[in-house]
Parts: sequence; structure tokens; C-alpha cells
Amino acid sequence: MTTSEYTRPLPKMNKLTQPYWDAAKKHEFHLQKCDACAHVWFPPAMCCPNCLSEKYTWTRMSGRATLWSWINMWQMYFKGFADERPYVVAYVKLEEGPLLMSSIIGDRESLQCDMPLEVTFDDVTPEISLPKFKAAK
Amino acid sequence: MSRDSFKRDFKDKVAFAGVGNTDFGAMYRDLDPERSNYALGLTAFKAALDDCGIDKDDIDGLLVSRVPDIGRMAEILGLRHLNFASILPGGGRYSGTSVEYAAMAIYSGQANTVALIYGNNGKSVGDRYGGGEGGGAEATSSAFDNPYGMTSPGASHAHMFRRHQYLYGTKPEILGTLAINHRRNAALNPVAVMKTPVTMEDYLNTRFIAEPLRLLDYCLINDGGVCLILTSAERAKSLKKPPVYLSATQSSTDYNGQYASDSFYREPLSRIRDGLFGPAGITQKDVGFAEIYDNFTPTVLYSLEGLGFCGYGESGSYVTQERIALNGELPVNTSGAHTSESYMQGWALHAEAVRQLRGECGERQVPNSPEHGLYICSAPLSVGHIMRR
Repeated sequence: MTTSEYTRPLPKMNKLTQPYWDAAKKHEFHLQKCDACAHVWFPPAMCCPNCLSEKYTWTRMSGRATLWSWINMWQMYFKGFADERPYVVAYVKLEEGPLLMSSIIGDRESLQCDMPLEVTFDDVTPEISLPKFKAAK
Repeated sequence: MSRDSFKRDFKDKVAFAGVGNTDFGAMYRDLDPERSNYALGLTAFKAALDDCGIDKDDIDGLLVSRVPDIGRMAEILGLRHLNFASILPGGGRYSGTSVEYAAMAIYSGQANTVALIYGNNGKSVGDRYGGGEGGGAEATSSAFDNPYGMTSPGASHAHMFRRHQYLYGTKPEILGTLAINHRRNAALNPVAVMKTPVTMEDYLNTRFIAEPLRLLDYCLINDGGVCLILTSAERAKSLKKPPVYLSATQSSTDYNGQYASDSFYREPLSRIRDGLFGPAGITQKDVGFAEIYDNFTPTVLYSLEGLGFCGYGESGSYVTQERIALNGELPVNTSGAHTSESYMQGWALHAEAVRQLRGECGERQVPNSPEHGLYICSAPLSVGHIMRR
């Protein structure tokens, strides 16, 4: 699939968040981890919200998570999602603590809050791979 | 002086003297792309001045919200020399915060009489609350949410409500009960936007926006203006209408990087509960009615749980049509609120609370002259007040 065919919103990124997407491109899920206190946080920020240290390392996470909740989005907010409505938006709680939005790959009928998930990657354009989640084996 | 003693001293020192607003229903049927927030603010300001009988020149403080430029608003109103001037963003959580700021200014002697002006031309100018990709890389929405089709605070509330259902077995009909209650109260409100009655069947047949939330769970988008005039309790006693005192006010936040709260805003709401009831010297049972910020109907549930009207997870059985009706044990959203009266981002709820305590609400008046009213907004920045006649 080429970029011109992909009509869904692509992530806006900057110097701070680039490593997240660079890792995703390699099908690895990385978050910032504080060098001083080992705290892990998301969304990205320029310092650790626990101890304010500005020294951190983008670190590979387990990729394990649970499904905090999910919705079926019926409203057409983005044209690129028009054909798939209602589409699932998952709110995922990572094993390391933070929550983030994502998509679920696989059967939506079997979704249940707190079900175990694992990260997978969807190469949506040659440049961008989106972290998504599927039921854990 | 400790914080507790400050709060006790603050009790009932500041009062709502005047309230004013536009006719929301009339404006909903008559859109005007050139309608400005200044013009809406002006109409509301004049109505509030008339309501309390204060001369414009007695206003020595001004705070505006969703009005783009306080200098322009002051210039239009001829309010040249003010002792307190401030502007807050248009987001809904700032109506309660605006009242707090004005009360602080009055209590600390910065100003005698503060006008708070809000104008919202959102319907006429085509505002939407979702789908935009603005914000850039610094915004979590456009950096990390939009690629998954995630957008809008309503969708975050849909996530939260699904979780509440999972944890506590909360039925969709509980939201229908709220939507029906709000519409029933709006039908008795001359300026409400949506007055057509809805039944549970109507509710359950309404289309989903972000399932499990339906269209009737969502606030309206409409035009309007609201003005609140606050002054010292002493001064308010000499004005046209009986004062409505601010007995206690409290803000508290859950800034976690997302709109949704993984605890249904329990931390901020429990701090607000402690910051309101003790200092006001009342308990939940003394609250005569509650104006609850309903950008989406589930906020009513989280607000009632978080402030201790029922236990955590118990709102699904606490909220019944009988209990929250105008003549019930705890009348809720007496004007029809954001889902049926008008989406004035909390401002019109404040005006409604003042009018209920004055006994001015006609057909939708809560019976037996309630002495205390509650305003609460549960959100990443939550704010609550207890008001007294």
C-alpha cells in the first residue's frame, strides 16, 4: 500500500516522539523509561513526571497489556474510517502501567474488558507502522 | 490560618447577585454565522444587570470565558477601569473555575462586584467536538489517538461507561433515565432548545455515536450567552433580588494525559466532596437539587458516586426516575441541562441554581423552597460549589 492510498490520519510527530515511531517501524514497542527512578510514562514528555529527571531511555516494553475498555465508533469523524464503521477503538492498559488508544486485530465479538492482549504492528504506509493489539495467546 | 479555617471563614461571604442569559431555543431556530460571542455576552450582561438592579458603573471586575478578548468585551461594555480582569478558556470546566476566581477576588478585596461573561456562537459557526486533526505533535490526540480513529471527549466517556458497565453491571437504561429526566425538565423551561419528550423506547432506538453512547447522551451544540454577577454578601443584601450565597467551592484535577479517568474521576471528586460538605456545614441529604455537568450523561453517575450520594458503582440503582425528578429526593438537572436545555458549558447550570434557590423557576421549580443547591462538573479539572439561599 502506498501513502497516497492510505486515507486515515497519520500520527503527527516531532523530535520527542520520533523514537516511538522508529521502534514501531522495527516492530518493537518502546516507551520512555527514567534513568533515575525507572518510571515509565506515556504520552511522551521531556521529563519523567515522577522525579522530573530529563535523562531517560526509550526502552522496549513487554508488549503485554489488558483491554481497559473499547467502543464501537459509529460517527464519521474521519473519512478514512468511513467504510469500516462502526470500528473498534480500544483503550489499552499496558503491563508497565500507562494507558493508550489503539485498534484490535481480530474478532470483535469476543472482546471483554480486562482480556489479555499483546502488541502487533500494522505497516500502514512504507514509513509508518502502527502498534495495534490482538488477543494474547 | 489553616486551610480549613480559611474555608470556614469564606463560607457565605460572596454571593450571586444577578444572572442573565439569552433565549437558547429561539436562537437555535435562528442561526446567524455573524453572531459574535461579544454580542451574546452583551445580551446576557444587560439581562444580569437588570436582574440585580446594579448600575453598570458599579462593576469593578470582569472575567470572560469563550469570549476571545477581554479588552474588546470591556470596550464594548464601556468598562474602562476595572480592579480585577481575567480571561479563561472556553472549555466547560472553566465555568466553575470562573466563579471561584471571582469569589477569590471579592473575598480578598480585589474587587467589589465582578461580572462573569460567557458567549458561545458554536452552532452558528459550525463548531464540532471531534474529527479535527489539529494540535500537532504535542497533542496526544493528533499524535497518538487520531491514527486509530479515536477522537472527541464523547468517545472517552464511551470508554469509561463501557468499563463502568463491566465492573458494576450498569445498564444502558440508566442513561436513558437521565436523558428522559433532562428532556422532561427542559419541556418546562421556556428557553430550552430541546423540548420534545423522549421515552425509554426512543432512547434505546436512538443511533449510537460512540457505542455504548447514543445521540441522546450527548450535549447539544447551540448558541447562547450567560452572565453571572457576583459581589460581597453584604452588598448583595441591599440589591433587588435575595442573595444566593456561595457556601463552599472546590476544584480538583485528574490530569493523566487522557480525557478519560481510569477511576471515573474519583480522586478529584472525593477531594471536592471533602472541600464542600464540611466547610458548608451540610451533608448530601441537605442538598435540595443538583445541577450536574452533563457534557455526556454518564458524568451524572460519576458525580453522584464521587460526591458520596451513593457508593462507588451504585449509581445504576441509585438513579431512578422518581428520585431525580423535580419533586424527588434529589432533583437533578432541573433546567434540562446540556443534553436538553443548552450547552453553555456549565454557565447556564449556575444561573439555574441561582434561580431555583430564589424560587423563580415557575413550572420547573423544585418544591418546598430548597435551601442548598449543588453544582458539580466531573472532568480532568473537576469543580463543585454548594450554594445557599
